[in-house]
Amino acid sequence: MTAPATDSPTTQRPKVGTELLALRGVTKHFGAVAALTGIDLTVHAGEVVALVGDNGAGKSTLVKVLAGVHAADSGTISFEGQDVRIHSPADAQDLGIATVYQDLALCENLNVVENLFLGQELRPARLDDVSMEVKAWELLRQLSAKIPTVRIPVASLSGGQRQTVAIARSLLGAPKIIILDEPTAALGVAQTAEVLNLVERLRENGHGVIMISHNMADVLAVADTVAVLRLGRNNGFFTVGDVSIEQIIAAITGATDNAVTQRASRRDPATPETEAPPDATTDSTRDATTDAGESDDTASARDDSSSNPTALTSEKE
Amino acid sequence: MTTAPPKVPQGAPVASDRLDERLQAREGLSGWVQSWIDRFRGGDLGLLPVIVGIVVIWTTFQILNPIFLSSANLVNLTLESVATGVIALGIVFVLLLGEIDLSVGSVSGLSAATVATLFVVKGFPAPVAIAASIGVGVVVGLIYTLMFNRFGVPSFVISLAGLLAFLGVQLWLLGEQGSINLPFDSGLVRFAQISFMPDAVSYVLVLVAVAAVFASGFYNAKARRDKGLSAPSTNGLLIKSGALLVGLGVATWYLNRDRGVGWMFVFFLVLIVISNYMLTRTKWGRSIFAVGGNAEAARRSGINVNRVYAWGFVVCSVLASVGGILAAARLGSATPATGTGDVNLNAIAAAVIGGTSLFGGRGSAWAALVGIIVITSITSGLTLLNLSSGYRFMVTGAVLLLAVALDSVARRSRASHGKG
Ligand SMILES: Nc1ncnc2c1ncn2[C@@H]1O[C@H](COP(=O)(O)OP(=O)(O)O)[C@@H](O)[C@H]1O
Ligand SMILES: [Mg+2]
Repeated sequence: MTAPATDSPTTQRPKVGTELLALRGVTKHFGAVAALTGIDLTVHAGEVVALVGDNGAGKSTLVKVLAGVHAADSGTISFEGQDVRIHSPADAQDLGIATVYQDLALCENLNVVENLFLGQELRPARLDDVSMEVKAWELLRQLSAKIPTVRIPVASLSGGQRQTVAIARSLLGAPKIIILDEPTAALGVAQTAEVLNLVERLRENGHGVIMISHNMADVLAVADTVAVLRLGRNNGFFTVGDVSIEQIIAAITGATDNAVTQRASRRDPATPETEAPPDATTDSTRDATTDAGESDDTASARDDSSSNPTALTSEKE
Repeated sequence: MTTAPPKVPQGAPVASDRLDERLQAREGLSGWVQSWIDRFRGGDLGLLPVIVGIVVIWTTFQILNPIFLSSANLVNLTLESVATGVIALGIVFVLLLGEIDLSVGSVSGLSAATVATLFVVKGFPAPVAIAASIGVGVVVGLIYTLMFNRFGVPSFVISLAGLLAFLGVQLWLLGEQGSINLPFDSGLVRFAQISFMPDAVSYVLVLVAVAAVFASGFYNAKARRDKGLSAPSTNGLLIKSGALLVGLGVATWYLNRDRGVGWMFVFFLVLIVISNYMLTRTKWGRSIFAVGGNAEAARRSGINVNRVYAWGFVVCSVLASVGGILAAARLGSATPATGTGDVNLNAIAAAVIGGTSLFGGRGSAWAALVGIIVITSITSGLTLLNLSSGYRFMVTGAVLLLAVALDSVARRSRASHGKG
């Protein structure tokens, strides 16, 4: 599995911290749908990688592979130079990969503090609610969150407030890589700026950041590198500064008159346009994956790990 | 990671969780009442509806038959409520997970049969028989867990199968004898029938309980204030503790006018307090609420969701076993009818009537206590009126329907108040 457009731009990177995360040829199928095919991606310490692509390009799926929600079918993931297997969210947490999911993944019946510390509660046998609340306020103020009280169920918060809670949660513990799946989609102007500031602070502190966004202005404002996905494949890497919005958009939409796809098709005759299923950009493909065994990945959390043979073998506990 | 210092406004120091200007002041006693009204309006009903229900039921029966609220009858009521109440407590755990166990009656019956067979027929010492009988509950819970986690069978179906299968095992165990009497002088039967707390001990226990409530509230408030968070006022806490002292004191005194507080009932209360602590004060309990609220979110938080389901099913089945043993002890025998009939539905109804949501993620251990008191009161009241069990089923059914309707309405109200 080669991804032709990968190599040259990575070598031109202006400032390179140590390599934190490297994906090589990561592939993930949902039944008949190849959501990810041969994905390469590298994230260095102190680097913000923007992951862009059309709806259905596979961005969220890639995030979930990194977060341990879905196990990759094939390909390698190395973290700080070591090959690792991420087969459960706990694996990802242990490595120091924190994720803000596009659907936020909050428990509506729990309050803000309980959600922030879910799975990482202080003093498990006699919960230290006071310290957790103090820390919660600290994190939320750092994000300039406008949340009146942290002791109401998350269900009563607005979309933006929930998003802030989800982001705050990812900052708990000491993550090395933070993945933000469309973090500013539900935010207002001031809060968006706040999140972009946060991303810059994370970079200054030497964190690696993967940020998904459809807003090219945001992308160019904070990202160092732009990785484009199209129909589940890499469709170009760009260094911010050397690239225009038009070029990125061309790579996203697969316009044939742009340099990246021309190069790609010259080296590899199977261009994404001809190989990927034409309907991969719509959510209707979910319904197509009803084969027994394969569709288990879409089923609810409880039977996911048990029905996935790869997950089973190395899942901790 | 940098931390911006909280912006504290000039003038009077404001607790750091009270800085948002949209927050209305809710201080002192009136603030406490007000926030309580807010909660209620928002569909967070808590135990209030069921306590109102108990008052209505008790008043009605007392008017119809003045014996109903006598000390003697209430002592009976406490003892009668324990076996099914313990089973209902187990149901609370599975309901919190958003699952159901329809087989608790059969599992309790099987455990009753097991303890009687081992203890009476095979002559094992009582502790061994009890341990083995609880082991039955553990095994049942593990079987359910396997079916649920590994094969993804809905808990409704698993436990429906279990209901039949374990009733079958119970009948098979009791086959030759039909029913097994437990010796009257055995510790088990004495515990369930004639063991009452000495009056003095009961009052001391009330004092200790109230002191513990006050102390934990006081130290929690102090810890919050020390960290710059708002805290309930000491006066409010004193009033609350005082009310609790009077309430528990009067109840104890009233029961002590007759035989008093049964050890079996105390055992039930202790189980509830432990469960409540586990559910609200530990990481373990929080993971149960999280899985019941949003299993996928819980999984992505690194919670081992399968293990949480396992705990739920095992705790439920074990409590069903304990309930079965207590039922046998209370009756003095294990019969083919133990755990059958309305035990199953009464246990589930008690948990729901007590305010545990059928939709998962909401409820409390106390639901089992107040719920079973409603159900036992109805049973006892109708029995005193010499009405047949037909009436009992009808009334209990109506109350259950009311409770479920209330749960659904509260859920809708929460949604419209943005509380999911
Ligand atoms: N759990 C799933 N089961 C089946 N198909 C899925 C699942 N998740 C995503 N897909 C499919 O994978 C493709 C990529 O989706 P996604 O990663 O959500 O795209 P993006 O986040 O880039 O918009 C889509 O075709 C989508 O329908
Ligand atoms: Mg997405």
